Amino acid sequence: MDEIFLQVLNGLDKGGAYALIALGLTLVFGTLGVVNFAHGTLFMLGAFCTVALNRMLTTSYQRVNPDKTDFLGNPLKEDIPYVQDWFGADFSAFVFDYNVPISILLAIVVMGLVGVIMERGLIKHFYNRPHADQILVTFGLAIVMQEIVKHYFGANPIPQNAPDIVGGAANIGAWIGLGDNVVYPVWRLVYFAFSATIIFSVFAFLQFTTFGMVVRAGMQDRETVGLLGINIERRFTIVFALAAIVAGLAGVMYTPILPPDYHWGMDFLVLSFVVVVVGGMGSLGGAVLAGFMLGILQSFASMNQVKAIFPGIDQIIIYLVAVIILLTLPRGLMGRKGVMED
Amino acid sequence: MAVTETSATEAPREFQSGVANSVLHINDVHKSFAGLHALSDVDLAVREGETHAIIGPNGAGKSTLLNVCVGRLKPDRGSVTFDGEILTGKEPHEINQLGVARVFQTPEVFPDLTVLENVMVPALSKRDGHFTLNPFKRFGAETRLRDEAEATLKSVGLQGQLTALASSMSRGDKRRLELAMGLIQHPRLLLLDEPTAGMARHDTNATIDLLKQIKEGGMTKVIIEHDMHVVFSLADRISVLAGGRIIAQGTPEEIKNNPKVKEAYLGDEEV
Amino acid sequence: MFSQSRNDWLLFIGFSIAVLCAPILMEPFGGNYPDLLQKLAIFGLFAIGFNILFGLTGYLSFGHAAFIGVGSYVSIWSFKLLTMNAIPAVLFSVIIAGVFAFLIGYVSLRRSGIYFSILTLAFAQMCYSLAYSVLTPITNGETGLQLRALRTNPDLGLLDADIRVLDQALGIQETSVPTPNFFGLQTSGYEGFYFCAVILIVGFFIAQKITNSNFGMMLKAIKSNQNRLNYTGIHARPYLLAAFVISGMYAGLAGSLMAVTDPIAGAERMQWTASGEVVLMTILGGVGTLVGPVLGAGIIKYAEQKVSSWNEGIISDFFSFLPAGLQDFTASFVSLFVGEGWHLTLGLLFMVIVIFLPGGMMEGFRRIVGLFKRPNDNDTVSNSATAQPAE
Ligand SMILES: Nc1ncnc2c1ncn2[C@@H]1O[C@H](COP(=O)(O)OP(=O)(O)O)[C@@H](O)[C@H]1O
Ligand SMILES: [Mg+2]
Repeated sequence: MDEIFLQVLNGLDKGGAYALIALGLTLVFGTLGVVNFAHGTLFMLGAFCTVALNRMLTTSYQRVNPDKTDFLGNPLKEDIPYVQDWFGADFSAFVFDYNVPISILLAIVVMGLVGVIMERGLIKHFYNRPHADQILVTFGLAIVMQEIVKHYFGANPIPQNAPDIVGGAANIGAWIGLGDNVVYPVWRLVYFAFSATIIFSVFAFLQFTTFGMVVRAGMQDRETVGLLGINIERRFTIVFALAAIVAGLAGVMYTPILPPDYHWGMDFLVLSFVVVVVGGMGSLGGAVLAGFMLGILQSFASMNQVKAIFPGIDQIIIYLVAVIILLTLPRGLMGRKGVMED
Repeated sequence: MAVTETSATEAPREFQSGVANSVLHINDVHKSFAGLHALSDVDLAVREGETHAIIGPNGAGKSTLLNVCVGRLKPDRGSVTFDGEILTGKEPHEINQLGVARVFQTPEVFPDLTVLENVMVPALSKRDGHFTLNPFKRFGAETRLRDEAEATLKSVGLQGQLTALASSMSRGDKRRLELAMGLIQHPRLLLLDEPTAGMARHDTNATIDLLKQIKEGGMTKVIIEHDMHVVFSLADRISVLAGGRIIAQGTPEEIKNNPKVKEAYLGDEEV
Repeated sequence: MFSQSRNDWLLFIGFSIAVLCAPILMEPFGGNYPDLLQKLAIFGLFAIGFNILFGLTGYLSFGHAAFIGVGSYVSIWSFKLLTMNAIPAVLFSVIIAGVFAFLIGYVSLRRSGIYFSILTLAFAQMCYSLAYSVLTPITNGETGLQLRALRTNPDLGLLDADIRVLDQALGIQETSVPTPNFFGLQTSGYEGFYFCAVILIVGFFIAQKITNSNFGMMLKAIKSNQNRLNYTGIHARPYLLAAFVISGMYAGLAGSLMAVTDPIAGAERMQWTASGEVVLMTILGGVGTLVGPVLGAGIIKYAEQKVSSWNEGIISDFFSFLPAGLQDFTASFVSLFVGEGWHLTLGLLFMVIVIFLPGGMMEGFRRIVGLFKRPNDNDTVSNSATAQPAE
């Protein structure tokens, strides 16, 4: 029982990441009609916003501390981060600790820009090209972005820390009366809450604003909306930037869970594509549902008891589910008729 | 296979009992799209060798009826039989292999292939069946098939464009190409959906002549057409479809004089 | 246009000569060494086969690397269990890759478009993951499957000692771990290249036949308008499955040749980026053309070896004619794209080709040739060129 509960929790944060990536992927597909193989890379770029901020904060100069000596007896040279020098020790300790949440702000700006540039500079020209071309060009772009990140940040994973206050483990079992065995990292709970909030906000945005209404109408019937004389192009750009920001934020927040690494983009891309397809191309609800479902299934499959019965199942469960769903439900869990059935 | 007729339509009685010499039977077919009744209670029998025109205003359900015949749409109720075989539930390629060819309302060709290739593909399909695996048989090497394809293209007036890509053709030419694609299969039943729409007058006349010629070959044809000139020069019998129902059937003379038809259709057309 | 069989022969002969003379042709480019030449031939074969599926039918598979892996593993097992002769290894690899392709294709082809791509990707990823985990007794996991000396101690497992029953029955003596051979002829070095080259030529011949056949025409018709083909009485799925299996067999053959020239097999060969690479080769050369994929494979493999071996020093020397400051700047910028940065170049190349030249290099050549033709010639040339992409 405890074990099962833990696995559900485990699945929730991974599922949250899948859901956020898949949400943007399907939003872009549903409105712009573009299959974006570079979407996973946007998730990776978000994560590297955190790394970059960390780099900036730790940029330092050396100062000789006359009061201390090193073990050779020479005056001690200390690395002083500029932040500390400019804003004082308290502030600098604070921003170090809250590095990850603060980089959310950075990521919103950076990812928004990346989104706009990418859409205006490249994606726009592929609206009417075949899906295969879209896949190929964005695949190329994904490689380019990934290699640039690798060039500047190296090939090794770079661990990031959650703020101290949420850095520990929570005794969830005690909260809900399951005994003391269910202990879980607080940050992962934060991640789940965060992803739920973002998903909720995106849905609320689409549901309750005029902008969202037009976008939803566009997902239903692109031509008609275009005919109504609504400036659909500008909205496309905004939708794309929004999707980029959502993916980026998902990446930022994921850094304390898994040290970011330049090929995250490709790793998560394949999975989130499977998520989108399982959920049903063009269905936002389906993407979210499938994201969490596959996240949870994956963590169950990695239980030792399960692996004992089906060896290797943890490695292939997602693909297996994808195959089964695609063969039994051609449109995925919640796909609409007429979307991508050619 | 005996077909029992149950519903009462406006069609004359002897027409319904003429089962023996009719090839295509549409029995009590219903089709609705999200509440819109595109076809209701449609019964139709097409006689062997005749040219049967289906006319009716736009949105009457004519194309939908052909779609049901060729397996593009599954009817909600009812069935279609062709020469004793039930077509309903069969795949489009199976229906074609039984000898039913279709010319679409919006021309459907192979845009990346040449005109000659466009015609050779259906010819091969007719000869080899729906699947043969002989990856080494050279395409176009069999001169008999090729000559036939060229002759068919000549009959529709496309002999000058054998090597042009289909995508580069005008709409009217695509229509003629599609007609050739149908004709080369020597189908027992040819379904034509507005074959002359968008054609210039003299091309229309040429098409009429062509269709008249192959009539002598004994091919059964169902033709949907708006152009009354075409209808009355070709049709042996006419069915009038309006609002998804067959409101009249009969010879061209009978249809011309039918007041209901005038009201539903001919009222706003120049005959 | 149908009397082109003489042109086909010319193309075939030209291709064969070019392949057999590759060591001489590559000499001025510094590419005349067996390792690279083998790679060119092997990936050329892979791309030719991939093109039969993607180029002719338009179905984009993202899982063909799986068949490469299958081919490699089967070949090594043939060496371990039966004989060091390459022929059985190649034959078994092709057959078993074909069986895999049949199973995966049968399921994946129930969907089209992007769903098909995702299904093939899913199957390939499953093969890849399983090779690393559960199938370790067959694949030897991360270490990779390798040849061993003959089993002397019956307690040793088959991963640690080979039996080679056929060779034993024939009384072939082994002193150390042997290398694959072709009836006594080595299959590494230049001999290995010629072994691959002959197979490449045969593979090209078969692909040429397929492209020009009735069967090939049906595949092109599928790409052009699958829906129309249905109403023409053709059932597309068996054709697609046949194309899928054939291209899977080519991939298995390529995988087998990798093992024949260098007898070790690892699962990384099956990763989906490897599937992406063959797509790039095909696109770069020209989708749907016969020569294009081989050209694309050659360029990418050549550039990979060359560009990734350059480092900042070489680049700096190259730009030594520039003033010092400019030289440093240029060199450090260019070094982004070479050595480790080779993948960046690859990604950029990918984008440039898709954006500006979707027809690939063959399309580029055609356009250049078109420029030099007399205007009134132009029409017929471009027509027949597009109609006959098999040139
Ligand atoms: N696939 C479809 N989905 C929804 N409605 C359809 C579809 N096909 C046809 N209809 C509707 O059915 C009616 C009959 O259409 P159709 O058979 O094309 O008429 P026509 O007699 O002009 O050929 C029309 O109102 C059309 O809008
Ligand atoms: Mg119509």
